[in-house]
Formats: sequence, C-alpha cells, structure tokens
Amino acid sequence: MLRDTDRVFTNLYGIHDSGLDGARRRGDWDGTKEILAKGRDGIVDEMKASGLRGRGGAGFPAGLKWSFMPKDGSGDGRPHYLVVNADESEPGTCKDRDIMRHDPHKLVEGCLIAGFAMGAHAGYIYIRGEFYDEAQSLERAITEAYEAGLIGPNACGSGWDFDLYVHRGAGAYICGEETALLESLEGKKGQPRLKPPFPANAGLYGCPTTVNNVETIAVSPTIMRRGASWFTGFGRENNHGTKLFCIAGHVNEPCNVEEAMSIPLRELIEKHAGGVRGGWDNLLAVIPGGSSVPLLPKSTCDSVLMDFDALREVKSGLGTAAVLVMDKSTDIVKAIARLSKFYMHESCGQCTPCREGTGWMWRVMERLARGDASIDEIDMLLEVTYQVEGHTICALGDAAAWPIQGLIRHFRPELERRILERQTGAAAAE
Amino acid sequence: MTESFAFTAENKAKADAYIARYPEGRQASAVMPLLDLAQRQGDGWLSQAAIEYIADYLGMAPIRVKEVVSFYTMYFDQPVGKHVVWVCGTTPCWLRGGGDILDACRETLGIELGKTTEDGLFTLLEQECLGACVNAPMVQIGDHYYEDLDREKMVALLDALRRGEEPAIGSQAGRQTSAPASGPKVLLDVEPAGGQ
Repeated sequence: MLRDTDRVFTNLYGIHDSGLDGARRRGDWDGTKEILAKGRDGIVDEMKASGLRGRGGAGFPAGLKWSFMPKDGSGDGRPHYLVVNADESEPGTCKDRDIMRHDPHKLVEGCLIAGFAMGAHAGYIYIRGEFYDEAQSLERAITEAYEAGLIGPNACGSGWDFDLYVHRGAGAYICGEETALLESLEGKKGQPRLKPPFPANAGLYGCPTTVNNVETIAVSPTIMRRGASWFTGFGRENNHGTKLFCIAGHVNEPCNVEEAMSIPLRELIEKHAGGVRGGWDNLLAVIPGGSSVPLLPKSTCDSVLMDFDALREVKSGLGTAAVLVMDKSTDIVKAIARLSKFYMHESCGQCTPCREGTGWMWRVMERLARGDASIDEIDMLLEVTYQVEGHTICALGDAAAWPIQGLIRHFRPELERRILERQTGAAAAE
Repeated sequence: MTESFAFTAENKAKADAYIARYPEGRQASAVMPLLDLAQRQGDGWLSQAAIEYIADYLGMAPIRVKEVVSFYTMYFDQPVGKHVVWVCGTTPCWLRGGGDILDACRETLGIELGKTTEDGLFTLLEQECLGACVNAPMVQIGDHYYEDLDREKMVALLDALRRGEEPAIGSQAGRQTSAPASGPKVLLDVEPAGGQ
C-alpha cells in the first residue's frame, strides 16, 4: 500500500484545516518562489520528466501540453490563459470535489506554478454549478492566497503577476469538454468547437489557452518540490505517479483514496473499499474509469492493473479512475441503459449522430433490458454505435457508444437470453 | 413581480465584481454568475424581465441570454418551490438504491417528478450524476448535498425542511466525507508535516 508520506492529498477526507494555516502545515506554499525561479523551461522539463499524464480522462502528458503554449518573444501580444477544468461530471467520479473542498490550496498553488510555466497572468477555474459549497471553499482559499501575497501582483515575491478566478457553471456535463467549457466561460451555451485550432493557439477569447483537470494541476507543486524521480517511483513505465481513485457501487465501503498507479484492481477494491459486497466471487463487472469506458467482466477484473496502458489493452480505459463495481444482483442491461439515458440528456444537440443517436440507442437499450427486441437488433445497435463513434465534433458521441459496445462484447448471451425468454413467455401465453 | 426587475444595491455591487473578473469588453463572460444572482433575488427563478435586464446590463442580445438560460439545467424560467430537490438518478446512485430515494420523495411530497407541492415548499426533479458517487445515494436540495441516504433518512430530511429546520449537510449516516464508512484506512497519522 502507498505510504501516507507519499500521498499528495493529505487532507483528502477533510479531517484537518483546509485553510491557509493548515495547508502550510501540510507543506503547501513551501518554497514556491524557488520553484518559479527555475523558469518556464525548468518547470516544464521537470513536469515532462515526471511522466504525469492528465488526470481528467484523456491521459495526455501534462508537461508536453504546457510546452505547446507559445514561448516568450514569439507571441503577438495576446495574453495567455490557464483554465482549470473543475466541471467534474463523469458518472462515478468525485475526486476533484475532495481536492477543492479539503485541499484547495494545492490547486491554487498549482495554478500559479502552471500559469507561470505557460506564460499566463490569469487563470479561471471552471467549477460545476452544483458544487456550490466546494466553490465557496475554493473562493476562501483564493482570498487567503491574495491576502498573503501568494497570488496577485508579484506573486510569492517572484516578480510574476497572477490573478485567479472561480467561474461557476450551471449544470451541463458537456462543459467538461474543453472547448465547450471555453464557450461557456465566454458566456455562451456550452457547445464544443471544431479543432483545430487547438486551445494552445486559439482558446479563451481567441488567445493561447491550456485547459487542465483539477487533479493534474493540484499535484504539480508536490512534483516540483519532491522531484520528477519521486513521482516516477510509482506505477509502471508510461503510467507513473500516484492517483486519486473513486470506488463506488457494490462494495462494502465506497470511498475515495489515493494510491499508486498500476495497483491491481482487486487489491484496490479489497484493501480500500472493504471488498465486493458478498465477496469477490459475487462480482459481475466493473466500469474502471468513469461511465464512458467499457465495462470489464469479472474474469478480467481478477488480474487487471489500474493504469492507462493496462486498461487500454483490455479494451477499456483508466479515464477518471472512477471504479464502479457491480455485483451479481445487478441488472447489467438496465445499468448500462441508464448511462445511455445520461448521454442522451447531456448531448448538446450540435451534431446529428449524437443528437439523434443517443436517443435512439437509449430507446433500444430500454427495450433490450426488457427483452422486447429481436436478436438481430443487437447487431443493429452495435452498428449504430459505430456510426456515432468518431463522427461527432467532440467525444460525447464516443462516450455514449463505448458502454454499449462493452456490454455487447461481454454480455451478448444475457441480451439474447432476455429476448428468447420474452418470446418464449409470449408464446406460452398464447 | 414579472413586470420589472432590477438588482438590489447589494447585488449590483456583486454583479460588478463578477464583471471585473473578466477582461474589458468580455463582460458577456459574467452572464452565468449574473443569472445566478438574479435567480437568487427572484425567488429561485428568472422572469422574462430579469433575462432582459441582464441582457441590457451586459450589452447582450436578450436571445443570447435566453439561450444560456435554456441550455443549463440550473436556471429556471418558471416559478419553483422554496426547496428544489434534485434526486440523482444516474447509475452510481441507482446501484445503491437511488430509485428508492426517488420513490420516498414522490410519496412523502405527494407529487411526481417536475412538479411543485401545493404549499410551494418543494419542487421535485431528477438530476444527472451530481459527482458524489462514493456517498450514493444522494440528493441536492438548494445549494447543498445530502448523502448516504436511505428511505428513512430521505423522509426525515424532507420533514425537517418542512418544519423550517436546517438539516446538517453532507453524509446523513454520520460518515467522514468520502472516507470508508468505518473510518479512514489511510492518512491515519496526525496531519503529516514536512512530508513534502
């Protein structure tokens, strides 16, 4: 098990003071000026060396992303922006919430370091509107940081000016997509933009912008203090670091916990979440990385490791590292059908395959849950998921398709059983 | 009430502070916080007059503000109850009895989804994943989350609100936030210091 001294988020559960004094006792804001003195390249190089991959779902190397921002002198006078994606809405995921309500100074300090490293004098934290109490906690931390001279003019005495603002959303999953988020931040409805141009060239207000997840930013001060080699000491090659996991569903003790990357799924569930309800053999399936990634049957869960590459090899993904456990009492078709309803509700309506497809897929999923379908409709549904996937501006279409593909891949016999059972029942009734 | 709308002096100051968070000429960025302010001032919903007032305040076309209102779930363009009860209906809550919570609300309040009680106290709505999945099932009421619910706890919560009380927010099972119910298994040292 990861040692407590190697955990980044030492106030994950909010037992201690989340204010500036408490944060300082936990090591935050220690030597921030010296970190900034390493310069933009020094910080970006250290972040690259740490192997940190974005914690919002896509897993893109964070240091590399920061390096895409135009360098000093080559710019055209446009300001640069850091935007933090705190629109945590992927079903199963509730980790950024804990950072913002219990350890907000890690995020605020991370914003200064990341902002400096990408030449930004301003940062916006876009937090989902429902996280009202979390936004208050974040606002408190920002006010404290301003009053202590940690951010604002000459932040930490570094000579760098940095302003940081909270922007509350108002209920729309799609705003977690980075370009939809930028649209929303500009005061419009949150509909994704076509890429290119990418935000690093034309993001917020048409200016160079980098959008990062809360956890990605919040771990960066600790990486800078303890060094890239400390971070690479955890997890397999290309999957380094520690990571917040959310373990929900049919476990004895659902919880959030920080663990080393590449921890076996079974160990994660049994050590931290009290095991599967009714024991490991009562496990049916796990969605390992938030609702968008395909489920894994128990046989895969027995041995799979929790990292980007291992989960990709079994045709799923680490996503947000939100582990949703389903035991044998689960109506697996209904469980996935409810996710289909989610994507239908959250489709922004901009692209036809998604606007029409999510509703169509949900209606067929509802019928399949009742067995009210014909066998060949399973393949028709699968075909439609491929028509939606990859044919939309953003990944919501893909996210709606993958859970269904996973269900058909691993539970086709169950879908067929329901259809045949209903047909047999209907025949018997005649 | 729907005839006209103007910010109170206090809200006007708040609105101007929000606008100052964005670069000059980018005041449209403040439309979301201003709509939130107006909704709080307007008994929980946005009248046409309020929408037009904000459009004027920010120099936006009213239709641009209207389309923001209709895009996001947290803005209401019709009156709602004093307490808006959002029951999380997505799979992580559903797996742990979210359906029972919705039933308990329906039965206790005597209304269906989307409706408001006759006394104007409660509006009942389903919401998509609220991001508190390790504390499922849960609901949002007004600004706050109420977690680790079961039927009895949900009914008790509604009864308390009906009596005008302010129930404790967060876990209704006495649990420390997102730690395991039996207590944290990690971070047991007293506030690790100097570890980083």
